[in-house]
Amino acid sequence: MPSDIIMPQMGESITEGTITKWRVAVGDTVERDDPLFDIATDKVDTEVPAALTGRLVEILVPEGETVTVNSVVGRIAAEGEAWSPDETSESDGEPASGVAAETDDAPTEAPSRAPDSASAKEEALPRPVRRQPRSSPLVRRMAREHGVDLADVPGTGEGGRVSKRDMLAFLESREAPPAPEPEVVEAPPAAAGAPAAEAPAPDPQPPPAAPARLDGDRSEPLTHMRRSIADHMVRSRRTSAHVTTVFEVDMSRVVAIRAANGPAFEERAGVRLTLMPFFAQAAIDALGEFPILNASLGEDHVVYHRSVNLGVAVALADGLIVPVLQRADERNFMGLARGIKDLAQRSRTGALTPDEVQGGTFTITNPGPFGALFGTPIIAQPQVAILGVGGVHKRPVVVDGDAIAVRSMVFLALSFDHRLIDGAVADQFMAAVKSRLENWPEGDLKP
Amino acid sequence: MTPAPPLWRVDRRPLGYRAAWGFQRDLVARRQRDEIPDVLLLTEHPPVFTLGKSAQRENLLEPPEALAGRGAEVVETDRGGDVTFHGPGQLVAYPIVHLGGWRKDVHAYLRALEAAAIDTAARFGTAATRREGLTGVWCCAGGAPRKLASIGVRVSRWVASHGLAFNVTTDLGWYSHIVACGIRDAGATSLEAETGRAVPLDAVADRLADAFAEVLGRRLVPAPGDLPTAVGAHHGS
Repeated sequence: MPSDIIMPQMGESITEGTITKWRVAVGDTVERDDPLFDIATDKVDTEVPAALTGRLVEILVPEGETVTVNSVVGRIAAEGEAWSPDETSESDGEPASGVAAETDDAPTEAPSRAPDSASAKEEALPRPVRRQPRSSPLVRRMAREHGVDLADVPGTGEGGRVSKRDMLAFLESREAPPAPEPEVVEAPPAAAGAPAAEAPAPDPQPPPAAPARLDGDRSEPLTHMRRSIADHMVRSRRTSAHVTTVFEVDMSRVVAIRAANGPAFEERAGVRLTLMPFFAQAAIDALGEFPILNASLGEDHVVYHRSVNLGVAVALADGLIVPVLQRADERNFMGLARGIKDLAQRSRTGALTPDEVQGGTFTITNPGPFGALFGTPIIAQPQVAILGVGGVHKRPVVVDGDAIAVRSMVFLALSFDHRLIDGAVADQFMAAVKSRLENWPEGDLKP
Repeated sequence: MTPAPPLWRVDRRPLGYRAAWGFQRDLVARRQRDEIPDVLLLTEHPPVFTLGKSAQRENLLEPPEALAGRGAEVVETDRGGDVTFHGPGQLVAYPIVHLGGWRKDVHAYLRALEAAAIDTAARFGTAATRREGLTGVWCCAGGAPRKLASIGVRVSRWVASHGLAFNVTTDLGWYSHIVACGIRDAGATSLEAETGRAVPLDAVADRLADAFAEVLGRRLVPAPGDLPTAVGAHHGS
């Protein structure tokens, strides 16, 4: 019975590592204490020695992949132990010659299906846990890339081992790519007295559907940033009762003030005058009036934050980051403009410090630049509201009774957590933001 | 109370990167066999750009031939981390430490290296700090963070090698040829650039050795004179 090779824990705070190199090939022997594989964590590369003398029978985690500590990354058979292709079996003491028949002949899956489902792709059914035949890391990678279950591939090698040639032949013979698995399949397939006696029971909770992969598709591991974004977005959707309210704001006055004061402001402040600090200022002022939007919700209490720590979402080439302007409410208009510009710039160059992306109490995001009228943003937890600023566009609007005028208009969308904030309060907050922007005092750009 | 375990101090300055690497491998093997105690090798390299195991080749902004034309070698090495530079005016500390005899925690070890560098910087009038998630030692006062000391480590059977590169009077122009440690726009700095004084490397080496012994709980002693340098004894040196 081969032993598991475990991803070692290299320190208390270390939760994962990347396998950078396997120093021993599958099938080769390794002496106890000789280097078996290398892992990289942060700035440390570690050579992991073999725990026993034996033969490396399986690599489960190929080079370049990151796994959590204590994961099984491979298997090693002690010296003298037969190299059985059945090493994934949990049953101890199984004779080494006990080659599992069902893995050798993948097409035996077919008779286990009810006749009327013969045309359906078998991937549409929940999968029993099947033994994986032996294969090389290359073949495993090909299987992953093409969405192939290795157990489906007839292996011609020793003990049913699937070679690269087997895999290529299989891919060629496969007429259509597998359909994506449905999310839930209620009825187990092993009905109709199918001769599936040998197959283990289907997994009652099939894993999440794998994305469909067609030939030629490319698969890429997620970056750390993308995983964080994904986790956060889903968590926020699950946590908050999102409601979005949309206001239309006449920005003509602000646009005129900006045009008139832009050059002088730029000279004084050293940053270009954009519309963002106007929106930020209006939001900060309105938060002063409606502090419940600058709060966080606990299980049985609400925390009203003393300061407005303003998150400003910044799009990056490969993701999104929300740096936080700490105590934005203590800044004057020029300080806001400078602070926002500085955070945006350093977000794009990766020069933010960790405390600059934490502790936000309210966030502004800006879905406008590519022409969106407005978005319905997702709240940055544990905040309770986020203001989305659409693009500012000239539009004909009705003014002064029945006249029509060309005005610079914007849609502002506020997503708020309805667990804490009622629609009426959210709308009053938005009305305050609107009023602040539409009645911007002339001299408010001075420090 | 038992006395603190010894830490042998070895000074070899200057020493070519490959020679120092070979020396380290030799020390690591002997440390693994418990033939020697922990060792602190202090050195200074001729100009060299080194790529760690996780290095992105594009963080080297010029081809190796161009860098060779400037008098710097490019070496792919086996420490952790990305691209970095070593050269005159930079104190390089390679502690060969058995973490099994200390704490079996490589991150704690990185933090110890940082602590020694921060202490040393402070002694020469420079406030340096850690930045979470960005291993190394940084000067953040008065502007964008600048890196004072870089860290890259290899651990083999719990014996650590490679270590810390601390800019004392380094010509910082060298860093314009790389994206150091893969962090864009993170400038490099030196004690000289921070303080306006050219601090002697010897003085920094003394302080760093003391600080390192202290954070590790070791007793700094000179290595016996018969410790072979292994220079030339390993390929590529």
